[in-house]
Amino acid sequence: MPNDSLFKTVAGASPQHIKVWIDGQCCQVSEGISVAAALLQAGVRACRTTPVSAQPRAPFCMMGQCFDCLVEIDGQSNQQACMQRVREGMQIHAMDGARSLC
Amino acid sequence: MLSAAPDTRQVDVLVIGAGPAGMAAALSAHQAGLQVLVLDENARPGGQIYRDVAQSPLPAPALLGPDYLHGRTLVVQFQASGIACWDQTLVWQITPDRQVSFTRKGALAGSGQIQARRIIIANGAYERPFPVPGWQLPGVMGVGAAQILLKSAALLPREPVVLAGCGPLLYLFAWQLIQFGQPVKAILDTTPADGLRQALRYLPAALRSPSPLLKGLRLLWAIRRSGTRHIKGVTALELLGQQQLEAVRYQAVGRSATLATSLVLLHQGVVPNVQLTRSLGCEHVWSEAQLCWHPRLDGWGETSRPGIFVAGDGGGIAGALAAQAAGALTGWQVAQQLGVMDAPRRDALAAQAHKERKRQRAVRPFLDALYRPGDRFRRPPDHAMVCRCEEVSAGEVRQMAQLGCAGPNQTKTFSRCGMGPCQGRFCGLTVAELLAQQHQQPVADIGYYRIRAPIKPVTIGDLAVSYVPDPNLPPPQEY
Repeated sequence: MPNDSLFKTVAGASPQHIKVWIDGQCCQVSEGISVAAALLQAGVRACRTTPVSAQPRAPFCMMGQCFDCLVEIDGQSNQQACMQRVREGMQIHAMDGARSLC
Repeated sequence: MLSAAPDTRQVDVLVIGAGPAGMAAALSAHQAGLQVLVLDENARPGGQIYRDVAQSPLPAPALLGPDYLHGRTLVVQFQASGIACWDQTLVWQITPDRQVSFTRKGALAGSGQIQARRIIIANGAYERPFPVPGWQLPGVMGVGAAQILLKSAALLPREPVVLAGCGPLLYLFAWQLIQFGQPVKAILDTTPADGLRQALRYLPAALRSPSPLLKGLRLLWAIRRSGTRHIKGVTALELLGQQQLEAVRYQAVGRSATLATSLVLLHQGVVPNVQLTRSLGCEHVWSEAQLCWHPRLDGWGETSRPGIFVAGDGGGIAGALAAQAAGALTGWQVAQQLGVMDAPRRDALAAQAHKERKRQRAVRPFLDALYRPGDRFRRPPDHAMVCRCEEVSAGEVRQMAQLGCAGPNQTKTFSRCGMGPCQGRFCGLTVAELLAQQHQQPVADIGYYRIRAPIKPVTIGDLAVSYVPDPNLPPPQEY
């Protein structure tokens, strides 16, 4: 899923990088940033598709109010990506459409 | 330490939010000798404006400007004070008798309840909904969101970016981008054409404390000097693209054009976060000046629920310095109420904060009038998505009004508009405005969603663990 990022690191900032897994793909992201920031850094354009109509969404407010950055983190679904920081080896998955109950 | 068993703790003062208001309130109460606990959802104190100010990932955080760096002193003072502060802690319920339910993440994860003698809600504000057609597309974010990416993750837009909307934060961020050497593709400025004319009557009051105005003028002047394309008088916006943003179409005075872009940042002001105060049943008042609801507060920040206070932008937008002053004086009022300080001492301590808050508020009526979000951007065209969570359009809301829905709770029942995970944060104001428009009534009469706890989703496990049975109730019947 990762492709061209809309964002770049500020010149002169030299963050440590850690490895996280985004939809099964290993990505290097800055240590200590939010999962939402990491997704955007890694070039993810849409982090989920909606339960109502399966349309693509991405982080919008970055401060825990819009709920558009919901992703699955380490097996827990519906986590606000902007409200958690990345950890080494974190498994992040997009959530596609509505949850199936069976 | 939190255990799996239900656990009720007691505290004198519980402060919700470690932004400028929350930190200042905690410091006042703590200095007065009270036992204070601060709960904040983020990993570090600072709120939104002072995000990561004490541990910036930027090589030159000074480029963000002096207002940001001012927060460093406060954060460092707060962190050195010894005040108990639980980070990564969500408060999801407050009862009128001041029982607080929380869920804590991270190393000390768990849920529980705390009984507080006084509560100071300092949860701040968030960006006003800006329901432009296509605003739900990937590639569209708030200006505040992009600023958070810069402050907390040292990330800048890769390509020159389009900023659309109006208000001080929009110009501040444009200026910050220029400081970081990142050109702005265009500012599509939706400041209403009659904004300045409407604002002039408030200029004398604003000039009594000219510093915010001067700051603003310097920003605007620097933006002008940079040669940034600044298109004024924008009356319509449309965000275009299939799976993600591809272009923005705008109408300005006498012309319309389309700009190809993969990233647009929207902003038309900020509004108080009233989820907790609403869920508590506090009285709220519609502010025609700020076009949003404020909790009804006395001069010290006390809500209509005794012993529960609001400090900072959560009570009405006045900015970070006003928030800090409000927090300080609320902390002292709480100290007086809890008997550790007499009224004359409280008044002596609070005098400076009252003056500072008044000074900071002086510019507000002028700014609120100048940057008043236009009708079309509060009452969008039919094809705009109003409820992002449940994907309800403005046209559907208007239709429901025609069917007889008088208020947002009825449109919610008919369409699920407002029932999604954001709990109306991003649609409540828009729905009220649309219903006001259709019914030709003031927004104040239309009302708002009934907000209920939990104010963010929690698991059944969290609910179960945090429930503390009332020992006075008879034991449950066994069947």
